[in-house]
Amino acid sequence: MTNSNNDSAVIVDGLTKKFGNFVAVDQVSFKVKRGEVFGFLGPNGAGKSTTIRMLCGLMSPSSGTATVGGYDVGKDPDGVKSTIGYMSQRFSLYEDLTVEQNINFYGGIYGLEGNRLKERKKWAIEMAGLKGKEEILTQSLSGGWKQRLALGCAILHEPPIVFLDEPTGGVDPVSRRNFWDLIYTLSSSGITVFVTTHYMDEAEHCNTIGLIYAGKLIALGSPTELKHQLDRFAIFEVVCARPIDAMEILQREPWVNETSIFGSSFHVSMENIPAAKEQIVETLGQRDISVDRLDRIIPSLEDVFIHLIAEVDKKQL
Amino acid sequence: MNIGPVVRKEFRQIRRDKRALGILIFIPAVLLILVGYALNFDVKHLRLAVYDEDNTRTSREFVNSFVHSEYFEYKYHALSKRELDEVLNDGTAHLALVIPRDFSQNLLSGRQATVQVILDGSNNNTAAVASGYVAAGIQDYSRKILTEWLEKRGRPLVIPIDIRPKLWYNPELKTAKYLVPGLFGLILMIVTVISTSLSVVREKELGTMEQLKTSPLKSYEIIIGKAIPYVVIALISASLIMVLGALLFDVRIQGSIPLLYFAILIFVLGGLGQGLLISSIANSQQVAFFVSVFSSLLPSFLLSGFIFPIKSMPLVLQVVSNLQAAKFFLVIVRSIILKGVGVGAFWEQFVYLSLFAALTIGVSSVRLQRELSR
Repeated sequence: MTNSNNDSAVIVDGLTKKFGNFVAVDQVSFKVKRGEVFGFLGPNGAGKSTTIRMLCGLMSPSSGTATVGGYDVGKDPDGVKSTIGYMSQRFSLYEDLTVEQNINFYGGIYGLEGNRLKERKKWAIEMAGLKGKEEILTQSLSGGWKQRLALGCAILHEPPIVFLDEPTGGVDPVSRRNFWDLIYTLSSSGITVFVTTHYMDEAEHCNTIGLIYAGKLIALGSPTELKHQLDRFAIFEVVCARPIDAMEILQREPWVNETSIFGSSFHVSMENIPAAKEQIVETLGQRDISVDRLDRIIPSLEDVFIHLIAEVDKKQL
Repeated sequence: MNIGPVVRKEFRQIRRDKRALGILIFIPAVLLILVGYALNFDVKHLRLAVYDEDNTRTSREFVNSFVHSEYFEYKYHALSKRELDEVLNDGTAHLALVIPRDFSQNLLSGRQATVQVILDGSNNNTAAVASGYVAAGIQDYSRKILTEWLEKRGRPLVIPIDIRPKLWYNPELKTAKYLVPGLFGLILMIVTVISTSLSVVREKELGTMEQLKTSPLKSYEIIIGKAIPYVVIALISASLIMVLGALLFDVRIQGSIPLLYFAILIFVLGGLGQGLLISSIANSQQVAFFVSVFSSLLPSFLLSGFIFPIKSMPLVLQVVSNLQAAKFFLVIVRSIILKGVGVGAFWEQFVYLSLFAALTIGVSSVRLQRELSR
């Protein structure tokens, strides 16, 4: 146990936060290994932000514990703050200051001085690709540049753990890709990255994923492990006319577990029964819907999450 | 204590925002000039119309007796009562004298003569002052007649009590001398309350406040770091008012300048506390701005005794006027600048100002601390 704890940068145990009668985070437990990229996912209002705020020492838990870099978030929030870097979706740069002034400021509040500040400033400017743009006002930078500068400012003091709260919101796909390259670089240099996101393709990049829904952690594991949870189901992609009607018809069948729309097609997850394909074609055929294409697919993370969330909702009904 | 980075950053941002900086520096100058020149309660050069039915040497001498002063300007000689009505109606004259036909006859035969004074009461302030001037002028004139009459009969007149008013502190009764010290309260309120609350709320809006909260900075370091630049700017504004007040309106500081700066500092701290308190409640710059204006600018303009005397307000407003610091600050500032008196004369106001500063800073720090650590 001690051994495994030593490998963990973040240990969360029974973490709970209540606001009056509302339980925002309910008995959440997980561990984040040193140097891994941990993806924390969940719909808006599921308790994602509240959890991050507790882990960053901004809010103390109602019950349960969490240690970040060895510091207890409830008892020693200042210790936590000294060991983490934090970057939010809003990038938190001063738009009316220049690139260099922003770096100087964030370096200053983390107590960086002299040569170390110079060295880290050089590193951050190179990392963000802002060489020669030091004197430019931050407000005139594009989204991707702001994002990388914000990351640079957040990890100027070389924290062993970095929290990134939806860091790629509102940024173009190329910048997103570049940003993930940066995240991998950080992680390979031993920095633990705790990241929240809405994008499923980004979730696939994580070593471990935690899914929070209605305050509870409903899934935890690597992307592959999570997909195996759906092994007892077969997932088909259906292309046909009147997809909405078709989904409704299939939903009524006892052997269908879940349907969800994906663009012009839809996915059906069903019990792994023999002759499943024929069953679908026949059922839809009886209602005059001809199937154009029908393929068994490997479940995506999105399938997994929709499935898991639907199961929680079913239980609550 | 690590406040350097926040102070430097705040100064850089203020310097970058040329418009805000301009407002912070020019508002004091503009207000001073506006208030000093435009808000003038001195009543001089009142336009006088005369309808002299008597039209004798005596009556003309009477009119001349008080026309020869800077208070009156002999503007119109009316030939009928109707003409007099007209010049009062169209504002050609502020006041009119009607001298009846029997004026000189009555005077010369030792009977009482009457004179009618008609005043344009549409501006009550001017009318009240004018009526006072006229009454004094007429009284002077009748005393002169009485003295001459008695002297002719070998009996010099001795008036039992002679009044010799002497005005201290503002001998020429110049409005500017009274208003300029009062402007301190108003201007320092603008600089401190509005700009502090806006600067904190702006960071909340931008999300940078959250970034600061996850840093090792303590919340008091954030608060102090943000406050220092505005204290400095407030002191610069105050110095600017002092210099301009002396140059333009001859308002010289009679008392101790260090004491004055000390009073300003305490007042500014109270204003900062008020600004921080607002920023702990407001979540948008608009809300912060409106709350700041309503809670500082208006009271320090209307309820501080800056222009309108508190003693003549309804009791409720007199009580309400105690809820803001400007009222007490103004007493101190006027005492130091105009009277040149020391702390002994206004220590109660000092205590109140210090309490106000301690209370607002205390409450807002607790509130912000709670908010920052949530």
